[in-house]
Amino acid sequence: MFNPEICLYAKSHEWAHVDGESATAGISDHAQHEITDVVYVELPQVGRVVEQGKPCAVVESVKAAFDVYSPFSGEISEVNAELASHPEWVNQAPHGQGWFFKVRLAKPGEKENLMSFEQYREFIKTGK
Amino acid sequence: MKRTVLYEEHVKMGGRLVDFHGWELPVQFSGILEEHGAVRGACGVFDVSHMGQVFVSGQEALGFLQKINSNDVSKIGPGKAVYSHLLNENGGVVDDVIVSCLESRSYLVVVNAATTEKDVAWFKRHASGFKAAVEPASERYAMVALQGPRSEAVVRRLFPEAAALPRFGIKTQQAEGREVFVSRTGYTGEDGFEFIAPNESMPALYRNLVEHGKKEGLVPCGLGARDTLRLEAGYLLYGQDVDDEHTPLEAGYGWVVKWNKGDFIGREALLRQKSEGLKRGLIGLELLDRGVPRPSYPFFQGSRRLGELASATFSPTLKKGIGVGYVDRPGEAPAFKDVSVLIHGRKAPARVVPLPFYKTAAKGERSLYVQS
Repeated sequence: MFNPEICLYAKSHEWAHVDGESATAGISDHAQHEITDVVYVELPQVGRVVEQGKPCAVVESVKAAFDVYSPFSGEISEVNAELASHPEWVNQAPHGQGWFFKVRLAKPGEKENLMSFEQYREFIKTGK
Repeated sequence: MKRTVLYEEHVKMGGRLVDFHGWELPVQFSGILEEHGAVRGACGVFDVSHMGQVFVSGQEALGFLQKINSNDVSKIGPGKAVYSHLLNENGGVVDDVIVSCLESRSYLVVVNAATTEKDVAWFKRHASGFKAAVEPASERYAMVALQGPRSEAVVRRLFPEAAALPRFGIKTQQAEGREVFVSRTGYTGEDGFEFIAPNESMPALYRNLVEHGKKEGLVPCGLGARDTLRLEAGYLLYGQDVDDEHTPLEAGYGWVVKWNKGDFIGREALLRQKSEGLKRGLIGLELLDRGVPRPSYPFFQGSRRLGELASATFSPTLKKGIGVGYVDRPGEAPAFKDVSVLIHGRKAPARVVPLPFYKTAAKGERSLYVQS
């Protein structure tokens, strides 16, 4: 479980849980609710270098596909391979078993571009 | 946006409303997977009030309907319905419809929402030579579909007489002091019923269905589940899988064309197409690995592009990606090797499969393609 209250959030509705030199990422509870039943998740390959704010995964509901953007730049160090057989975990536990990937932080300062839990809650409510 | 008379009910029940061809309708309530599963395993109820109704009556109503329909309307007497295609002179499909015989010389045609105006114009144009009255009634009627193996148990409580209807049977019943047409038809591949009632009486009828259906596991369903259910069952979505440019033969619906019933619009063109051989046809694909195909995604045999998917989705029942699309020389399709669908820039392996993707467990005569 990656405590939502200490996670950082992107405007594109990903969360990031920073732990030392890497961060775990997933999509927010708000996002999973909007996307509805997740039936497929396409994850980046381990070793791929991703950039903050650039698409690196895809999450799909029955009706549509949504890009997932990396909250940090860096190398993908691990992915949640179990989502392949359990996409429903994204809905059931977006901050737990439904995590997407871990990224090694190339630019830790990028956290300044993300929102706190309170800021994100406000962002969802007001769009600001 | 237009709203159906059940709009308030949808809002109350937490429906997620979307714009569907100008209609504000629920795409889902509890979730597409749950709703889909309920219809396959118990039952679900759909608001399909956007669909159109046209009454056709008069001395030559049958002659008129025979002229514009590919299926044989003379085979249905009072209390029976038939699925049919309306064709243009080139054999292209103007619409796919269900024609019901209410009584001798009196018919009800249920048409698609987006094509209602086009169909009414088509009807009127071709009715001129017949003693037949064409009466569009979509504005006055609402329509609901109750689908799934437990539907009959629900109908038994509300309309005991209608519970005994055979597949494609139709009966006039009373609800809220008004007439309601109850038919054993649907668009899900399961047993089920459809109700066509005047706008004023539909909200109460719908609430009754929901209330009496609870014990049978009924859930309110949206258009999302309707689409996955119908695609699994091999039903066409007009405008997406078939249209004015595609014939029923190309769509794999040759069984709705009755060659021996006498002349009808489009017959000659179809005969020509039949004798020349099909140049293209609709085939089914399923993905071999995970991934979700979508309409308009291109598909391939090796490096050769075969076409674009017309309809495609994740199949909740089969738990894999499925889709249909047109290919040239469809007869050769079953032997295609190395088939793939381009998904997000990656070719996902697939194979050609016979349609439909899913058939409900046989119960009596209720096979998809058998109409009594």
